[in-house]
Amino acid sequence: MTADAPLLEVRDLAARFVARAETVEAVRGISFDIRPGEAVGFVGESGCGKSVTARAILRLAPEGSTVALSGSVRYRGQDLLALSERAIRAVRGRRIAMVFQDPMTSLNPVMTVGAQIEDMLREHTDLSRTAIRERAVELLDQVGIENARARVHDHPHQFSGGMRQRVLIAIAISCNPDLLIADEPTTALDVIVQAQILRLLLRLREQMGMSLMLITHDFGVVAGMVERVNVMYRGRIVETGEVDRVFAAPAHPYTRALLDAVPRLAIARGPA
Amino acid sequence: MTAPLVEVRDLAVAFPGRGGGPPVRAVDGVSFDIRPGETLGLVGQSGSGKTTTGRAVLQLEPVQAGSVRLLGQDLTRMRGRALRQMRRHMQFVLQNPYSSLHPRMTVEQILREPLVVHRTVPAGAERARVAELLELVRLDPAMMRRYPHEFSGGQRQRIVIARALAVHPAFVVCDEPVSALDVRTQAQIVGLLRDLQEKLGVSYLFIAHDLAIVREVAHRVAVMVGGRIVEIGEAAQVYDAPAHPYTRMLLDAVAVPDPAVQRARLGRVPPDIEGRAAAAGGARTG
Repeated sequence: MTADAPLLEVRDLAARFVARAETVEAVRGISFDIRPGEAVGFVGESGCGKSVTARAILRLAPEGSTVALSGSVRYRGQDLLALSERAIRAVRGRRIAMVFQDPMTSLNPVMTVGAQIEDMLREHTDLSRTAIRERAVELLDQVGIENARARVHDHPHQFSGGMRQRVLIAIAISCNPDLLIADEPTTALDVIVQAQILRLLLRLREQMGMSLMLITHDFGVVAGMVERVNVMYRGRIVETGEVDRVFAAPAHPYTRALLDAVPRLAIARGPA
Repeated sequence: MTAPLVEVRDLAVAFPGRGGGPPVRAVDGVSFDIRPGETLGLVGQSGSGKTTTGRAVLQLEPVQAGSVRLLGQDLTRMRGRALRQMRRHMQFVLQNPYSSLHPRMTVEQILREPLVVHRTVPAGAERARVAELLELVRLDPAMMRRYPHEFSGGQRQRIVIARALAVHPAFVVCDEPVSALDVRTQAQIVGLLRDLQEKLGVSYLFIAHDLAIVREVAHRVAVMVGGRIVEIGEAAQVYDAPAHPYTRMLLDAVAVPDPAVQRARLGRVPPDIEGRAAAAGGARTG
């Protein structure tokens, strides 16, 4: 693979849900690239297919559903859609990792956070038991959790929402993935914690040289985080481009409508 | 200047401490006024006490100290029937339009309920009032026979608003009313709330963590942290010339849809503060 070759090449990806007699086309043939070290944003409203796209890359379906995928998802030249279940498991979590919106339901409430990080390392690395323990502490520290050595023994409920998201990020980066897919990673958090988590993602991306696929409905969140942005609407990418250009001069009316709806800090009401 | 509709003085709410520890003061000496037709925005991080304040004002949380006057009457001294009668003047719009509507009731049944409870329309006139309410929130009255699951999130929030307005309240507490919605739907609901205020003269306490949304609806803004209001004033003044460092910090953390500004903002969050603020924000102590 040459330096400029995309890390991920998605071509004509389509995702269909089959529910009873009905077929719902959630993603209708989209194509995009993510280059090594690049951060790409996917913006759209709920139901536009952005989360289904993220999961489709790893051949995951939303809980309780079956999804039929077509097209191709090439990772380092290898089509992930054509891999065996066993082979895709070696990619999932290890080479391409994911962080989801809800940090509470994504963690196991009855396991310590240390054990959950260690599980990941045991599955995907051949580190010794002691090395795994050490690595878990190191990862918690890396995501900005103070007193990491003691806190590996804590359970998720002993952490705040923002801290739980940090734990999920620690699990996601534990095997040094090439690509981190973050699906609405800050939607459940308040502004200050959101800024902290975004800053953390930027720092980790810089330190580890990984690519970032950031999925959000929030143009404010995507603005400072990515080089390129794809706007999705009804299962299609309706606009793609360099982030500054898309914000300054949106080409598609839908992008313009979405940007216009974003509240600005600059307009206030006068006294009643 | 008109007399305040709502006058909150030294409001305090305490919750029992965890594991037999000392009680936690969730709201600690909060005072503010809301005038007729005015919106007071109440902003703060999760855990700041803003939701508890809203609930305590409506007497949905036991008030430990202080007073809440609505239309000149101290709600904290009222019990039973007297308080129930005051409820028609104060209503609540909650965040989640999916869980706040009964799934087995039609929209008509949902909107009829407050009319019957508070006997605000003569028997037989309920259906006409339901139709009127749906038109008020810009929904087709023909939809009254449908169930909540047949509506989108934004439409459901309109139904929740219609229910709150059914009995002509003077005051509505809106707690994160749009945070579960898409941006375009948020803008529509915010616009609707403003129009309804102009039309009906209702006052809002608008609670939200999103400062940009609050700026669009609030005439005045109060900033809450650790159960206290640290800054309160005209919206333009609080946003453009914040007096308290915490307000400045909140404003700097808002994700704005401008790549250059947002890159600079994220670059300014220093890594050490990041860790410390995270440790302070809800981490277990001791």
